[in-house]
Amino acid sequence: MDSKFGRRDFIRIAATAAACGAGFAAVRANMSAWAWQLDPSKCMQCGRCATECVLDPSAVKCVHSFQICGYCDLCSGFLVQGAKVRDTGAENELCPVGALKRQFIEEPFYQYTSDETLCIGCGKCVKGCGAFGNGSLYLQCKQDLCSGCNECAIARNCPAKAWERVPIGLPYLLKTRTAPGGENPA
Amino acid sequence: MRKSLAAMAVVAGALVAFQGQAEFRFPMPEFESGYEYPPMNTPQASRIPVPIDVSVLTVALGLTTYAVLVARSRRLVFVLSVASLVYFGFYRQGCVCPVGSVQNVFEMLLGRSTGLPVVVVFFFLLPLVFALYFGRVFCGAVCPLGAAQEMCAVYPVQVPRAVESVLGLVPYAYLGLAGLAVATGSGYLICRYDPFVGFFRRGGSFSMLMVGGALLVVGIFIARPYCRYLCPYGVLLRWASRFSKWHASVTPAECTQCRLCEDACPYAAIIYPTPANAPVSRREGARKLGILLAATPLIIAAGGLAGYGLSNTLARLHPTVRLAERLGAEETGRAADGTPIKVSLEVETFQAGQKTADELYAEAGAAASQFKPLAVVFGAFLGLVVSGRLLRLSVVRQRKDYEADRASCLSCARCFDYCPVEKKG
Repeated sequence: MDSKFGRRDFIRIAATAAACGAGFAAVRANMSAWAWQLDPSKCMQCGRCATECVLDPSAVKCVHSFQICGYCDLCSGFLVQGAKVRDTGAENELCPVGALKRQFIEEPFYQYTSDETLCIGCGKCVKGCGAFGNGSLYLQCKQDLCSGCNECAIARNCPAKAWERVPIGLPYLLKTRTAPGGENPA
Repeated sequence: MRKSLAAMAVVAGALVAFQGQAEFRFPMPEFESGYEYPPMNTPQASRIPVPIDVSVLTVALGLTTYAVLVARSRRLVFVLSVASLVYFGFYRQGCVCPVGSVQNVFEMLLGRSTGLPVVVVFFFLLPLVFALYFGRVFCGAVCPLGAAQEMCAVYPVQVPRAVESVLGLVPYAYLGLAGLAVATGSGYLICRYDPFVGFFRRGGSFSMLMVGGALLVVGIFIARPYCRYLCPYGVLLRWASRFSKWHASVTPAECTQCRLCEDACPYAAIIYPTPANAPVSRREGARKLGILLAATPLIIAAGGLAGYGLSNTLARLHPTVRLAERLGAEETGRAADGTPIKVSLEVETFQAGQKTADELYAEAGAAASQFKPLAVVFGAFLGLVVSGRLLRLSVVRQRKDYEADRASCLSCARCFDYCPVEKKG
């Protein structure tokens, strides 16, 4: 090895200095990671959240904002259109995997809860609820399940362009009573 | 009854028009049974803290450096690559990885980024800094993509050097293309076409798994095809590794020219000594070099011109351009080759939205026009790479011994066992 300080040594030192500077700047800027989320006000319930996610089943699940639910007996998110009986018979349920649970609260109100271990994120109930109901059922990407891909496969294939990167500390776009499709609760 | 229904429909319609979203039709119930709303389950992301991520990477790089440069142990390198495959591959599911981080960093440099997380910066920089001092130790036993292929390379054959030289240009093209996609906002190509991430996640699209499987099968004979002929991060590591202060060497001491290592490297990364009598006379070589140097601007210009010619094809990387094309085709009801086509979900969704077709065409036109100058830059970059490779091939350096090529050596430590020379002292 030459003891002389050559051109290569100079370039190496310069590159290292640049890298250290960039690393230092990154730590100073301290930009946190991002998470993927879909905006329920843009969602068209095309069903691709269930099929395009790299995970199987998808990290997208149906969530329920109870505060804006009408607790209807005739729930258009729970029952198929034209169902003859309003009960939990499989032939009457809209959900293909039986993830939406119906529970009697008091006359005439029923509570609907999504079982996330069963939900595949197909959005069928979301479409029904949004079409004839209050829109209290909607899809969200569950951050504990999401892999956080650099390029979200659902986002890339979403026809409504409803997906966006959100700060990892506030990773949900929840609907509230005051602001439909609104912001994260504090 | 019918009248009131009609009135309700009108009211509902007005609500739809007002809110833009058909919601809040029914009043919230007033419960008398003391019912309380159940809480919503909105769990936070369980990401590994940045210091842990960065330390694991640093330790892995440090251990590999030790294994390659100090211990010179192929076995240790192999054990480390199994560990990396398990941790960075199957446990972290191939994300975050330095290969893909190139895109985020480039996006940041162009000022298009919404934010560059600290961990991505470190994953991008650390392997490069290690390469500046110790060679491509990242490729040797830290990269999970490389490790997966290293396991498969059981019967490597020698690829002719000419073929190696030509195929070795593909990573530059891939890097350029990924850069072009980032610069135009067309997404992250490197992540989208990562061939092995499907195995790491134990699930993926059919085509992804097929390509990954095919690369692994090919990799039995042509070792590490992704690393050598595709990996875009490898290009940056090549550049850094050329300046490496300490680098793996075939022999631990003095080369005895025994030629035992000639076929040891499956990656064609051992440079043979120059023959005593040069293949081309000095004068002839100088003349050829002069011609090449003179041709370099022409090659770059030709590359730029080719890029300009291809810019419309390249513009199809952009989703808006693709959507506009699809809309145009569906408005006529026929594809470019005349076959009737069905309405796609994308177009259906677009037509349900507020935007008009003309607005979309204008947007697509703007997106496509930004490809023109960038495609020229991309072409010129490839021209520069080609002429650089030609120049490098035509310069004959005098070498007495069998040496590792600092640029293409992957620090896999395979060649060490072939060398009969014992370390001194």
